[in-house]
Amino acid sequence: MTLLRSVRLTTVGITVATVVLLALWPLLPAWAAHTVAVSLGGGLVVLGLLILIRFGLVSFGQGLFFAIGGYAAALANQFLGITDMLVMSVAGIASAGAVAWALGYIVRGHRGIFFAMLNLAFSMILFGILAKTVVLGSTDGFSVGVPTLLGFAPDPEAGRLTFVLFGFIVISTAVVAWWVDRMLASPIGYAGQGVRENELRLRYLGVSARGAVHIAYIAAAKLAALGGVFTVLLIGHVTPEDTAYWTKSGEFVFVAILGGSGNVAAPFIAQAVFELVRTFALQYAPDAWQMLLGITLLLVILFLPGGLWSLADRLRGRDA
Amino acid sequence: MPEVLLETRSLGKRFGAVIAAEDVNVSVTAGEIVGVIGANGAGKTTFCNMVTGYLTPDLGQILFRGKDITGCTVGEATEAGIHRSFQIPQLFPGLTVYENLLLAVGVFGHRRPPWWQPLVRPEVENEATAIMERYRIAESAATRVDRLPQGVRKLLDIAMAMVGQPAMILLDEPTSGISTKEKFDVMGNVIDALRKSAATVLFVEHDMEVVGRYADRVIAFREGRVLADGTPRVVLEDPAVIEHVVGRRPGHPPDA
Repeated sequence: MTLLRSVRLTTVGITVATVVLLALWPLLPAWAAHTVAVSLGGGLVVLGLLILIRFGLVSFGQGLFFAIGGYAAALANQFLGITDMLVMSVAGIASAGAVAWALGYIVRGHRGIFFAMLNLAFSMILFGILAKTVVLGSTDGFSVGVPTLLGFAPDPEAGRLTFVLFGFIVISTAVVAWWVDRMLASPIGYAGQGVRENELRLRYLGVSARGAVHIAYIAAAKLAALGGVFTVLLIGHVTPEDTAYWTKSGEFVFVAILGGSGNVAAPFIAQAVFELVRTFALQYAPDAWQMLLGITLLLVILFLPGGLWSLADRLRGRDA
Repeated sequence: MPEVLLETRSLGKRFGAVIAAEDVNVSVTAGEIVGVIGANGAGKTTFCNMVTGYLTPDLGQILFRGKDITGCTVGEATEAGIHRSFQIPQLFPGLTVYENLLLAVGVFGHRRPPWWQPLVRPEVENEATAIMERYRIAESAATRVDRLPQGVRKLLDIAMAMVGQPAMILLDEPTSGISTKEKFDVMGNVIDALRKSAATVLFVEHDMEVVGRYADRVIAFREGRVLADGTPRVVLEDPAVIEHVVGRRPGHPPDA
């Protein structure tokens, strides 16, 4: 069956990509290493959206969980003095998981535009709270120290993005992407196709469609939170506008469409393309960078409706 | 004495002023093939919907294997062993026939499906393949459902409903939308396959030829009530049933 084969192929692909990225570290200029790491962080949020898209759902509010992850890590650092990136990641994932579990009881009964906008509403509520909370720096946010890993503290002179942080992000992302790939090939992933295609039939197969949506929602939230943790660790600063604001949520949906939902690698490739286009557009056409991004998306929708990943499918189709 | 599988006691359901079911007492014995007939709006589909947990009756009780299942959810009825097919097939239109069955077999009965094992495993594949063969739809395996002819969709819908080997299956108009030429083929296939699975069958049908040929017993509904209940020969010849359900045959003048 093609599906099993594709899981194995993806596992191989993830392993190769991980090894290559780690081996490239000494050769990568700082900006490139930063772009890779930031793309992995953002790509995790988009990977969560990919799960929801497989369920036929779109959330315009993933910024909510991105912010929860980022703030949980930053708060753990600021108020508890925690510097370990692993502990910060767990804090981010656990907080987002708990919030998604509770909100899931509200959103799991909704589909389509209502699901999308409910999430937008939640994220804007959080944005409002964060922007008004003086102790969290209001709209200015606050800073996060240089993270450590299992007692290993990087050289403070080496800058923020050390090999430890880079390696941690690359390996964690690889493990998580592998896990999501397994999940999508398992009964819960297929149940998602059932939710998308025909919920009535799914119910008559004895499956709780709402329960399945709830699980997917929590999974997507945890991914967004981990992406938030990584982003905050890389940037060293967290603000409401860069995490919970609706334009950030919109950006993730943009990247999800850019990449397509064909494979767990698509979100990361699309996020990297997005970061590169934005960086170069900002540099060479500072007044027109939104327009360039818009044109990129337009071209993808017109010529690659399955997203960038469908390019890979087309190439393979020709080879086979 | 065979087991009484399904029993309804004084079932009642109203939609505003419309009486969809009133004092419905039906008892189905294991192994029976029961045809349910009635004009449009007579309460056949409401009966199916109540028995499968899609609708909650206003009055009365539903017993399945002696256990009260009144007001249970669709999922609970499915788990108890009552499945159904649909007048308009309820399938996963973007997937192929084979993928539909893989999905159905792989997720069946998981209230919250697990994620720690791949769905596509040899035993799931074998079962999906066996089901396709049993219902003679294997040659359409790789065809997307939205490109299938109606007859194959109907078969697949019933095959999907039979995943998990229910003790009882309700077929809602299994031959509707199928050409006269195909209907006996389709129904013959279905009844063959269902007999092999030893399922008790209750089928709603408008086509009296089909009812007469396949049912062991016929229940006629009218305005939410049971009008007649008995062998096909008795029920289909009952003057009240002819008057309200079957209609007069050509050659039988109204006053004859």
